[in-house]
Amino acid sequence: MAERRSPEGAWQAVQLARHQDRPQTLDYITQTLPDFLELRGDRLHGDDRAVIGGLAGLGKRRIVLIGHQKGHTLAERQEHSFGMARPEGYRKAMRLAKLGEKFGLPVVTLVDTSGAYPGKDAEEGGQAGAIARSIELFANLEVPTVTVIIGEGGSGGALAMAVADRVLMLENSIFSVISPEGCAALVWRDAAEAPRAAAALRLVAADLLEIGLIDAVIPEPPGGAHTDHLATTRRVMHEVQLTLGELERIEPAERLRLRYEKYLRMGRYAVTNSK
Amino acid sequence: MAKYVTIQVPRREPPPAPEAAGEQCKKCGASLEKGELERNLRVCPHCRHHYPLPSHERIALLADKSSVSFVGEEVQAVDPLEFVDLQPYPERLSKAQMQTGLSEALLAARCDVAGLPTALGVLDFQFLGGSMGSVVGERFHRLAQIAVDERRSMVIVAASGGARMQEALFSLMQMAKTVVAAQLVGRARLPYVTILTHPTTGGVFASFATVADIILAEPGALMSFSGPRIIEQTTREKLPPGFGSSESQLTHGQVDMVVDRREMKDRLAQIIRFLMGGGTRG
Repeated sequence: MAERRSPEGAWQAVQLARHQDRPQTLDYITQTLPDFLELRGDRLHGDDRAVIGGLAGLGKRRIVLIGHQKGHTLAERQEHSFGMARPEGYRKAMRLAKLGEKFGLPVVTLVDTSGAYPGKDAEEGGQAGAIARSIELFANLEVPTVTVIIGEGGSGGALAMAVADRVLMLENSIFSVISPEGCAALVWRDAAEAPRAAAALRLVAADLLEIGLIDAVIPEPPGGAHTDHLATTRRVMHEVQLTLGELERIEPAERLRLRYEKYLRMGRYAVTNSK
Repeated sequence: MAKYVTIQVPRREPPPAPEAAGEQCKKCGASLEKGELERNLRVCPHCRHHYPLPSHERIALLADKSSVSFVGEEVQAVDPLEFVDLQPYPERLSKAQMQTGLSEALLAARCDVAGLPTALGVLDFQFLGGSMGSVVGERFHRLAQIAVDERRSMVIVAASGGARMQEALFSLMQMAKTVVAAQLVGRARLPYVTILTHPTTGGVFASFATVADIILAEPGALMSFSGPRIIEQTTREKLPPGFGSSESQLTHGQVDMVVDRREMKDRLAQIIRFLMGGGTRG
């Protein structure tokens, strides 16, 4: 394993990943998907503004796009629940992914969340089951699927929308089982140790590529994605198109088999022959 | 390369639950005879409070006598990220192994339940909080494959604080791995039943625990994705008593039934027998 990233280096990526001016799903839509048609609601209970989804043309393709939206200003952040989805958000994502499957449209997800919404109503509305079934549904989709982690990939709330044939990450985005602050509070009883925790968790894109848990890293403009929305969003959507092109060359049944195999292989353990 | 850590631990009887040592039920205060709780499957005979049940006792409760053969023990933990917090991860692992007599948090076995061939997995909360790391995921996967190959029903008893933080993103990915493994069982049209016990939280609650065909819960178990403390801190809502309990999950439509531990085997057998093509009556 390569040299561990320094706490300062890991922490810098965490801050860039969370930068309030970093392009979010709606910025990708504005910059790169001019004919985006937003579709709303989960058809069961409500419409979660933490998750945006709809139909779009991407180059010569038609796709279903689903992404977290955190909001930039305080008012926007409140409107979008800081990108923390409730069960209805995951159910909307599932419903739209199924729509894509029905019409043979690839499904692209943009992940940017600190985690699922931690609230009484969300829990009682079946947060855990919604996340589990979203993982299940995305694992079984018959169309090509690509996830891009564009900012924060926070725990199960991110994974619910990050199970795909290919998972790409922007250079300064992060993907982690727990927030560095949460990890630090748990382990060192001190949230100020977050940079140390960030390094220990190896949550930065390049580190996750190295241990084989993601498929590619997309470079950001110097200074970070927030410095140039147009360049970043174009680059991401260009990579998405290339990836979809690769995936479309694989037979659907084979693609599904490969996706299963990829997830069934995940993990590091030893096998001993003594019993 | 990751450093392999293989610690051989002699299998021995797990220590009695600390609660059981007392002479009083910590829930209702009723005085208990010595050994009364153990004889009663660690359920208080007065208030029906369900105390934690070690995984070996759980298997003895659900599986038919001398039908049990353990599987997946060959899968052992490594320290893929050389994770050091207050102590190195390998030390935490060996301590947990010494304390519990278990090699990992998931104990898996092929067995019969009332004569019905079953692949049974039990998470033990005493082993690092029943947390899910790569070994739990891979043992789950192997158990699912055994279910498919041998046409067995799959039954998982959950008790977990969630993901194994020391395995970082590897542990998060076990959510996807176990859900996919459960699909193998489903595609073979074999029953998949989960039994949720106190506590079932975090990544376990939001993965294989809740994609089962039938979800049973023990009385009074806490189930939540985000912990109650996190919810109160983040939203400043005061949570009502009984929040996330089995009984509350039942009324909110998240579990099929709440089943007393003393009736669990009968109920489980009834469900499996029905789904495998028999009747609902024993």
